Amino acid sequence: MRSDGYLIGEADLVPLSLGAALLGTGGGGNPYIGMLRARELVRKGAEIRVIPLEALKDDEWVSEVGGIGAPVVGVEKVEEGGECLRAMRAVEEASGKRFSAVISAEIGGSNAMEPLIAAALAGIPAVDGDGMGRAFPEVQMTTYMIYGADVSPAAIADEKGNVVVFRNIIDMYWLERFARDVAVGMGAGAGLAVAPMRGDFVRRTAVPGTVTQALSIGRTILEARAKRRNVVDEVCASTGARLCFTGKITDIERRLEGGFARGSAKLVGSGAWNGSEARIAIQNENLVLWVDGEPVVMVPDLIINLELDTGEPLTTEVLRYGQRVAVIALPVHDLLKTPQALKVVGPAAFGYPELTFKPLEAR
Amino acid sequence: MLRIGIDVGGTNTDAVVMEGTKVIAGVKSATTDDVMSGVVNALRDVLAASGIAASAIDFVMIGTTHFTNAVVQRRNLAQTAAVRLGLPATASLPPMVDWPEDLKQAIGNHAYLAHGGNEFDGRVISPLDEEELKSIAADIKAKGIRSVAITSVFSPVSSDFEKKAGEILAAEIPGVHVTLSSDIGRIGLLERENAAIMNACLRDLSAHVMNAFRNAISEAGIKGKFFLTQNDGTLMDAAFAEKFPVLTFASGPTNSMRGAAFLSGVKDAIVVDIGGTTSDVGSLQKGFPRQATVAVEVGGVRTNFRMPDVFSIGLGGGSLVVDGVDGVKVGPVSVGYRIKSEALIFGGSTLTTTDTAVARGLAELGDKSKVAGLSPDLLARTGAKIIAMLEDCVERSRLSPEPLPVIVVGGGSILVDGDIAGLEVIKPNHYGVANAVGAAIAQVSGEIDRVYALAEIGRENALEDAKARAIDAAVQAGAARETIEIVDVEDVPLAYLPGNATRVRVKAVGELHAQ
Repeated sequence: MRSDGYLIGEADLVPLSLGAALLGTGGGGNPYIGMLRARELVRKGAEIRVIPLEALKDDEWVSEVGGIGAPVVGVEKVEEGGECLRAMRAVEEASGKRFSAVISAEIGGSNAMEPLIAAALAGIPAVDGDGMGRAFPEVQMTTYMIYGADVSPAAIADEKGNVVVFRNIIDMYWLERFARDVAVGMGAGAGLAVAPMRGDFVRRTAVPGTVTQALSIGRTILEARAKRRNVVDEVCASTGARLCFTGKITDIERRLEGGFARGSAKLVGSGAWNGSEARIAIQNENLVLWVDGEPVVMVPDLIINLELDTGEPLTTEVLRYGQRVAVIALPVHDLLKTPQALKVVGPAAFGYPELTFKPLEAR
Repeated sequence: MLRIGIDVGGTNTDAVVMEGTKVIAGVKSATTDDVMSGVVNALRDVLAASGIAASAIDFVMIGTTHFTNAVVQRRNLAQTAAVRLGLPATASLPPMVDWPEDLKQAIGNHAYLAHGGNEFDGRVISPLDEEELKSIAADIKAKGIRSVAITSVFSPVSSDFEKKAGEILAAEIPGVHVTLSSDIGRIGLLERENAAIMNACLRDLSAHVMNAFRNAISEAGIKGKFFLTQNDGTLMDAAFAEKFPVLTFASGPTNSMRGAAFLSGVKDAIVVDIGGTTSDVGSLQKGFPRQATVAVEVGGVRTNFRMPDVFSIGLGGGSLVVDGVDGVKVGPVSVGYRIKSEALIFGGSTLTTTDTAVARGLAELGDKSKVAGLSPDLLARTGAKIIAMLEDCVERSRLSPEPLPVIVVGGGSILVDGDIAGLEVIKPNHYGVANAVGAAIAQVSGEIDRVYALAEIGRENALEDAKARAIDAAVQAGAARETIEIVDVEDVPLAYLPGNATRVRVKAVGELHAQ
């Protein structure tokens, strides 16, 4: 038995989902449905326990799970509930290994909740950490994959009872391709579990503490609102985020490329940025922020649009002309800034080969 | 064409008589507890003021908060069964999962999950199970429930299952009212289902209210047809409104914005509606309010209605003016409808914004001598504060750098004098009853929201198909085909889906077919 960690109670779910939405950096899907599902489980007496990375033993097996599909499907075809659990069980069966904990692939957006739900259903703890520290659009973009996690066996499950196991996959890019195709066949909403990871591997490669971080960000936002304080200021103060721009969206352009919503938002400055202009490049998530033509923040660092007055994190789908926003930036974890990681999640991987990643702190 | 527009608000019931595009008369009267006698009074007063015979009136258009208030106050709601088609999908979250407990209990919390539902591309999740639905029907019938809401997964893409299930339930339960979610909402299962359930629980009340409106109108001697306005600023006839009372939610702000556009002749503007307690500020695009993109709650229930994106602040004609160490404070506290007894100019002892407006000579109202002693400095600072409050709202609602005009309407419009945020201010005639004018001029609309695979049919074809469907829907709703305009086209690529799956939303609007 583990004595460490903490339980997620009903009152934690709203702040957790709000913090997850912020860490989604504009993407990752809306965590509202996941929040409700977790709340239903908690109300029925399920236990969601979160343990720190250090609590993992070297030789235990950890499952990385998450939903895969289109955010719009997520708000319409609500999960049966056991999708991720069935995918986990299929991986256990195919690998002959038994999971003793679950960890999130991405803390940003709807996939913050999914592993907590899967863990509660399986009766095992969730690990306080994830593979991105934010949201990214593709399966290979996790620290686990970047640092050599096994790609197979992996499994994907739908609500109908279909489970597809990927037994031999040559690399993470192929896993992304096949998992994406199968997910679409399943109705563009499915649960994915990847190959078992050893405890010592996860301790070394996961972005630590991100469940707690999301929870704390959400609490900061809610508390600032309740006390009628400036939410943006409070978020920056408590997270160490940098306020990079305030202004109003003057143009929003969207187009479809390779199955992704790409585009950009233009802003004119207000307050300290009066007279300045900014542009944000988008591919589901916010990728690059330019202020007056200079790239100021770029992927993998986190670029987050908050509604100026309420501090509500804005996903890229709801950005629109005239919105008043504060653009804040958080440095991504060091694990995502190594040359190895930047090959997978750096500006070039998102179609900006001309940009050389400059980490936020160095500026 | 002679028409009467009525807006039943929380405080006032306003009415106007219009001939074509001309406002003949407008009156304000108090909203009554039973609502109906207020409507009867307003009809009588406005007809008297216009000098037009009741029998000459062609149409009556009513905007009402009745149904919103019933949900907010949990009053007169019917026991309702919520039937969802989608198993095995959606099993994790039953219907009404995020409703306030008291509202859920008020309608009985009768939730049923059944097989059915579609994928995003129209494929079937699971076939409809007739036996399963018959046993649900038996249970509903045994419980004596006569209102049912049916929601199927992705019914905005394919509504066949909802229709079929509706037929099965109607055949099994004599006298049942069935609401199909695809008739009401767009993609977003829980929000659309919530709207359908709220609609179903209002069906008994709507039969009663529509009857009362019908009686009030015939009592006034009016022979013409009557309509209710819905939240997108368009009309539904009495029979349709009786079936879809939920569509009246938030029609008030929409009507005042539409009325402002009409009275001023300006179609792109910021509208400021200043009432007794609050000001609502929103943005007009092509004569229609811009809609909110985030979920809107009604009575604690999350919906995805087409609600106008309106920002409210506590500034109105009855707002208290208090001078303190931090400068002058205006609102949010208001004397509200008690202004007639509490404001200084009406012999009361409370300094309100209306008092300062009268003292500054912006309006002739009450007894001006009662405010003669107010210091010019306080008046100037109050005026500046009011403008600063409005400027902040106007800036929020501004959608483009173009210098749009600001249209000011509502009873509290007397507070405004001069520019707001450097933008031209228009105070049209009849500004006090703009909401009733908005009801009177409401048009008829048709809207579609579908997902297209552009790789298969191409963007042009998809948009053409969507437009044709929207126009047909508008004609269906009573619009004259030759007057129909497409007022909104939006296509949003669906991330993570190949085949260029795109969600297309089109709205067509036309004039009501005369006769």
